[in-house]
Amino acid sequence: MTPSPVAVTGPMSDAGPILDIRRAGLSLGGRTLWSDLDLTVQPGEFVAVLGANGSGKTSLLRAILGQLPVDFGEILLQGKPVHRGDRAIGYIPQQRIMPAGTALRGRDLVSLGLDGHRWGVPWPSRRSKETVDALIESVGATAYADLPVGVLSGGEQQRLRVGQALASDPALLLCDEPLSSLDLHHQRGVAELIDKGLHERGTAVVFVTHDINPVLDMVDTVLYLAAGRFTSGPPEEVLRSEVLSDLYGTRVEVIHTGNRVFVAGVPEFPHHLGEAS
Amino acid sequence: MTDVFAADFWSSIFNFSDYGRLLVLVQNSIIAGAILGIVGGLIGVFVMQRDMAFAVHGISELSFAGAAAALLFGANVVAGSLVGSLLAATIIGVLGARARDRNSIIGVLMPFGLGLGILFLALYPGRSGNRFGLLTGQILSVDIPQLGVLIAISIVVLITLLVIWRPLVFDSVDPDVAMARGVPARTLSIVFMILLGLMVAVSVQIIGALLVLALLVTPAAAALRVSSSPIVVPLLAMLFGFASAVGGVLLAIGGSLPISPYVTTISFLIYLGCRIVGRIRGHRLRRQLEPSARSAAAGVSA
Repeated sequence: MTPSPVAVTGPMSDAGPILDIRRAGLSLGGRTLWSDLDLTVQPGEFVAVLGANGSGKTSLLRAILGQLPVDFGEILLQGKPVHRGDRAIGYIPQQRIMPAGTALRGRDLVSLGLDGHRWGVPWPSRRSKETVDALIESVGATAYADLPVGVLSGGEQQRLRVGQALASDPALLLCDEPLSSLDLHHQRGVAELIDKGLHERGTAVVFVTHDINPVLDMVDTVLYLAAGRFTSGPPEEVLRSEVLSDLYGTRVEVIHTGNRVFVAGVPEFPHHLGEAS
Repeated sequence: MTDVFAADFWSSIFNFSDYGRLLVLVQNSIIAGAILGIVGGLIGVFVMQRDMAFAVHGISELSFAGAAAALLFGANVVAGSLVGSLLAATIIGVLGARARDRNSIIGVLMPFGLGLGILFLALYPGRSGNRFGLLTGQILSVDIPQLGVLIAISIVVLITLLVIWRPLVFDSVDPDVAMARGVPARTLSIVFMILLGLMVAVSVQIIGALLVLALLVTPAAAALRVSSSPIVVPLLAMLFGFASAVGGVLLAIGGSLPISPYVTTISFLIYLGCRIVGRIRGHRLRRQLEPSARSAAAGVSA
């Protein structure tokens, strides 16, 4: 566990935080999801965003992606207000079923991350092929890169998605439940790939999840959203019974067993963190 | 008696007397068929990836209504057909962003369009050949200036598709990530609906409103059976569309039947062949997959 952000040397450390959320507030349909939200993410920092369903985790990602303007405050990416389609952000969604008739092979999924946003027809060049091959190799997907995406397992697809997200060499990697619906073995493998990108490239990671356990030893900071309020800090400070009870305004039990953590007694969503309670 | 009937039957389906002379007469139709087949096959790949086969059918019925209205009021039939299909494409594009909404809107629009078309045709006092041509295809009776318009529209659609190719593929196969990457999904979807409307209007003139799917869906569906490569699939779809449309025209010019049964039969046979090849490919893929599945332990958990 790394309690403080990884120190990155070189030009990046002069550039200040990658992501800077200042007193941001967002309401949807008359309900305040979060307000006065402050969060600073440094290069190489791994932030896990936790909270019950409907606490505004995904909306936070959409706000960082520039798809959802905040009602108050501001969100800065590398010092500038966020905007749609910023190449400095890589995005890994939840695994979803790709229909068997999808005209896409593993390598094409990765290629889309490289140049899918550009106009015109794809023009095969040696340089782009080498880039894509290197990305595929770095996520260990070479064996199935030429197979249709529709026949790949969830874990294989998510490995390719990590490659796709890293294709633009992003400063910030946004992950929206990328491990859900994967088995434990694949959860670990995909989480390690994300963590590797962070250490090798100094990428910052904002990782939305309902279960922190697969990434617990990689997380530097936890942002915990609940009922319009939030708390943040290193996991050992946030994931405590007193802190979460205070956040929820009711008795919440945080149980540590070995290197796993479970939260019990969360109002309305008793099952939301970890698989046992 | 039966022999005479059989001879008549076959000569109305296949008749190659005076073929050389006929070929010269219909060369423009062949060119139009070729271009429609190619562009129709290409746009069909996106129709399949965006799950819009039903939308194609819905647009074609409104296109038919527009053409029938033009026939009744003595306006240009191609223009009427274009107005109908662009109207339908815009309504479906604006109101039907989600698949479920889209299907219900199409389900409502389609019978209304077909009903209007039948009304206009019933009121139309002219030759009945013109009437049913709109439903079942009439390429051989389209005059040369109109063929030119159809070819020009197809080329505009082709060029626009090539320009928006990559973002359209991205948005079609991987919409969440495409959105995060700043692909303008809404604009692309409306542009695509307009292209589809244009292509449907062209197809209605050539193969008829009821059978548009044979050129805008079947070739792409066949190609997707045998490949998953984003380059091979469109190339094959264009080839299949070309073969169906041109093959249909070449077989139809000798006989006395409309072109449509030839086109639909050729494209259906290609699809059948591709399903068979696809089965063999499926077995091969599963064998190829086994080593990777082994090394990666179990698959997806619940």
